[in-house]
Amino acid sequence: MSNPTELKNWYAGKFKKFEESLNGESMLSIHETRKAALEKFLELKFPTLKDEAWKYTNITPLFAHKFEDILTVKPSIKGVDAEKYLFDKKEFYTIVFINGVYVPELSDEVNEPGITLCNLKTALTKYTEDVSLHIAKFAKIENSIFTALSTAYINDGVFLKVKSGNTLSKPVQVLYVNSGGDNLLIQPRNLFIIGKNAQAKVVESYYAEGESIYFTNVVTESYVDQNGVFEHIKIQEESEKAFHISITEIDVEKQSKYSSYNINFGGELVRNDLNARFNGEYGHVTLNGLYLTQGIQHVDNQTLIEHAVPNCESHEMYKGVLDDQSRGVFNGKVYVKKDAQKTNAFQENKNVMLSDFARVDAKPQLEIYADDVKCSHGATVGRLSEEALFYLRARGIGQELAKTMIINAFANDAVHSISIDEVRRRIEDRVAVKLDKQKNEND
Amino acid sequence: MSNTEINEIEELTNQEYKWGFVTDVDSDTFKPGLNEDVIRALSAKKEEPEWMLEWRLKAYRHWLKMEEPKWPNVTYPEVDFQAISYYSAPKQKPKLNSLDEVDPEVLKAFDKLGIPLEEQKALAGVAVDAVFDSVSVATTYKEKLGQLGIIFCSMSEAIKEHPELVKKYLGSVVPPSDNYYAALNSAVFSDGSFVYVPKGVRCPMELSTYFRINAANTGQFERTLIIADDYGYVSYLEGCTAPKRDENQLHAAVVELVAMDNAQVKYSTVQNWYAGDKDGNGGIYNFVTKRGMCKGVNSKISWTQVETGSAITWKYPSCVLSGDNSIGEFYSVAVTNNYQQADTGTKMVHIGKNTKSTIVSKGISAGFSNNTYRGLVRIGRKALNARNYSQCDSLLIGDKCGAHTFPYLEVSHPSATVEHEATTSKIGADQIFYLNQRGLSTEDAVSMIVNGYCKEVFNELPMEFAVEATKLLSISLEGSVG
Repeated sequence: MSNPTELKNWYAGKFKKFEESLNGESMLSIHETRKAALEKFLELKFPTLKDEAWKYTNITPLFAHKFEDILTVKPSIKGVDAEKYLFDKKEFYTIVFINGVYVPELSDEVNEPGITLCNLKTALTKYTEDVSLHIAKFAKIENSIFTALSTAYINDGVFLKVKSGNTLSKPVQVLYVNSGGDNLLIQPRNLFIIGKNAQAKVVESYYAEGESIYFTNVVTESYVDQNGVFEHIKIQEESEKAFHISITEIDVEKQSKYSSYNINFGGELVRNDLNARFNGEYGHVTLNGLYLTQGIQHVDNQTLIEHAVPNCESHEMYKGVLDDQSRGVFNGKVYVKKDAQKTNAFQENKNVMLSDFARVDAKPQLEIYADDVKCSHGATVGRLSEEALFYLRARGIGQELAKTMIINAFANDAVHSISIDEVRRRIEDRVAVKLDKQKNEND
Repeated sequence: MSNTEINEIEELTNQEYKWGFVTDVDSDTFKPGLNEDVIRALSAKKEEPEWMLEWRLKAYRHWLKMEEPKWPNVTYPEVDFQAISYYSAPKQKPKLNSLDEVDPEVLKAFDKLGIPLEEQKALAGVAVDAVFDSVSVATTYKEKLGQLGIIFCSMSEAIKEHPELVKKYLGSVVPPSDNYYAALNSAVFSDGSFVYVPKGVRCPMELSTYFRINAANTGQFERTLIIADDYGYVSYLEGCTAPKRDENQLHAAVVELVAMDNAQVKYSTVQNWYAGDKDGNGGIYNFVTKRGMCKGVNSKISWTQVETGSAITWKYPSCVLSGDNSIGEFYSVAVTNNYQQADTGTKMVHIGKNTKSTIVSKGISAGFSNNTYRGLVRIGRKALNARNYSQCDSLLIGDKCGAHTFPYLEVSHPSATVEHEATTSKIGADQIFYLNQRGLSTEDAVSMIVNGYCKEVFNELPMEFAVEATKLLSISLEGSVG
């Protein structure tokens, strides 16, 4: 067990070694960004329960481990069958990482007119200008110690840029598979830039083989320019002993549309921060989420939607199904600034508890400084409706199946609007499998 | 916004605070400042027993170690606790036996406030305890209540005459170390009301206290303790006003309610402290801790509040539902205008089995004000079949104000059903149009819509208060159109 300061020094202490591993690349301007972030990282404190944003999530378990950055330990990527996690290869572009290490053999690098898709490390040297124009601009290091940590070690991840007027012909699947090696610190860094009138779909997925303990600290920055459309699905199925901390920054311009589906099945301590900002009028943001937890899993979802300009619309729907001693946290904030008239913002968080020892903490918040708005939020916590169960049972459906049906229907609300059929089906299957597993364990 | 609307809003902001007079009463006031000697002097002045003084000093010593909370969504310059006088009483004979002995000036003041003690005694059937600055000046109907075994008196009297009850319950719901202002109050509280309803007694009339801050530079720290023993019932009303002054005055009260088996306590507040002028100068800082303990089975505590005054309101009337089948309710209308700030709401802590709570909160913000609902619903590990329903609506009038909702839901039992709903909107143009069409002026239409919006809460108020609340609301929002 180490204390927060020790841990900070531990992570910061690896910076020298990281620098050396970069060879000549430390000459790039991005390295200045890294250095500034490292300084910020040392300055900031790890959050405690006394911080309002971390009131329900205790990160002390993190201090029990000294995670090794993959850059300094060079983990093995052998013996991992990443392909089984891939969607139909013909229908998707793929970018694959095993234990945080880029696997070119399984990945597509796209460099067509109007579209650039590759791993970030390649982009850093090949498309330096594009990257440095946007990276670390949306995710501000002063906002979170985890953003600072990620930024200090910016190395690899995904880079996607769709130039004005182009549409990505296939969705992208970004796959992070983690296996074997305990104690790894994996810091994927994703940057998605959707140009004017451009369209793209990305599925970011995290899987694990085995029950290893590691720490994923991911920062994703999305920028959707005027009239752009971006659908972003994140499926998190890390090891049930893993730490997963994820920060997603979203900036949308005039008349653009962004939808996020934040699906969580795995991880022991999971924290997702999604911050969306409207920079232009008539923007549209959807943030949906689903968390199915069991054992001693702890999933914390934080969303912030900043309505800074008039005439924008946001929809949020987070659903949770909690079993065993797991905990779910939802903290959603809708912030409507003074001039953001004609804002429509709707937020919902619903939770179903399946065991006597699960716990839910919900904090839906509205902070509104404009008068001509329609904003609402709702939160519910409860167990499966006895009436619905009775209805199904009266029609000859067995108790267990009836339960599964209701939960499936409940969970479906958050994912049914995913436009990629295969992905939606995959998620629905996972929900069913996970519920089955829960059921069997309960028997 | 059209010109007429602007004019109307101006009219509204120019609305005078009609309770802002100062009464010229010779008063006995402590020099500003706070230290152990002041507390000793205060305690001596009130001829308190030794244990009370010890209790105060303990609270004071704890307070010194505490820090002023910074988390509420309000801003104000730091309060200088040394600039406040902690005791101010109308100069009088040491003890009052009947209304005739009360200083006529004080009575006149209460008359102006519309609480003619004499008249109410005869007509309304409301027993009144009036607290002027810090000291309770008159309690009506005491004898009649006494016949039923109900104790309704000032806190200082209770300390002297019913020390066993006070000792047992004082601080049992809000411990002196609970929070910064509760600790301060515990150290320096000067008076307040005390009610004890014995077993099986239903209090036949509404009990009422009127608080008034009169003297300058004084803080009002009253302490109210209401106990309803098994099968008891009491309904209690509280009203507040203060004169217009440029400087801010502090009001830090503590209210404790205890409901034993099958008992019910209903507590209603119409808070109309001086809210400051239209530029936000002056006004009362209303930092209050109110908490009810549903100790027994089947007990019920109900809070109803209409908050229209105060420069800053910071209060969360709460219910601790520890008895099985107990019920907690919170109904609130909070109106803020000009530069007022309100951060108010409730806490419902479910501990016992089959406990229920209902929260209905209506916020109305106008002018440059900020109105925040902050509430906690906590379902404990053993709270089987707990049920909560919360509804928080905010209405915005004008585009310079803010309305915020910060609910906290902490659920640790799956059998619980917890629902929270909140909406924020302005008065719909179509609603106004509809009423205009039927010949109502825009002003009347707004008043009608707002009243309808608050109806759910007003219905919970006792009759006299409901009338007053409706009047207050129409005065504070007269002429405003969203």
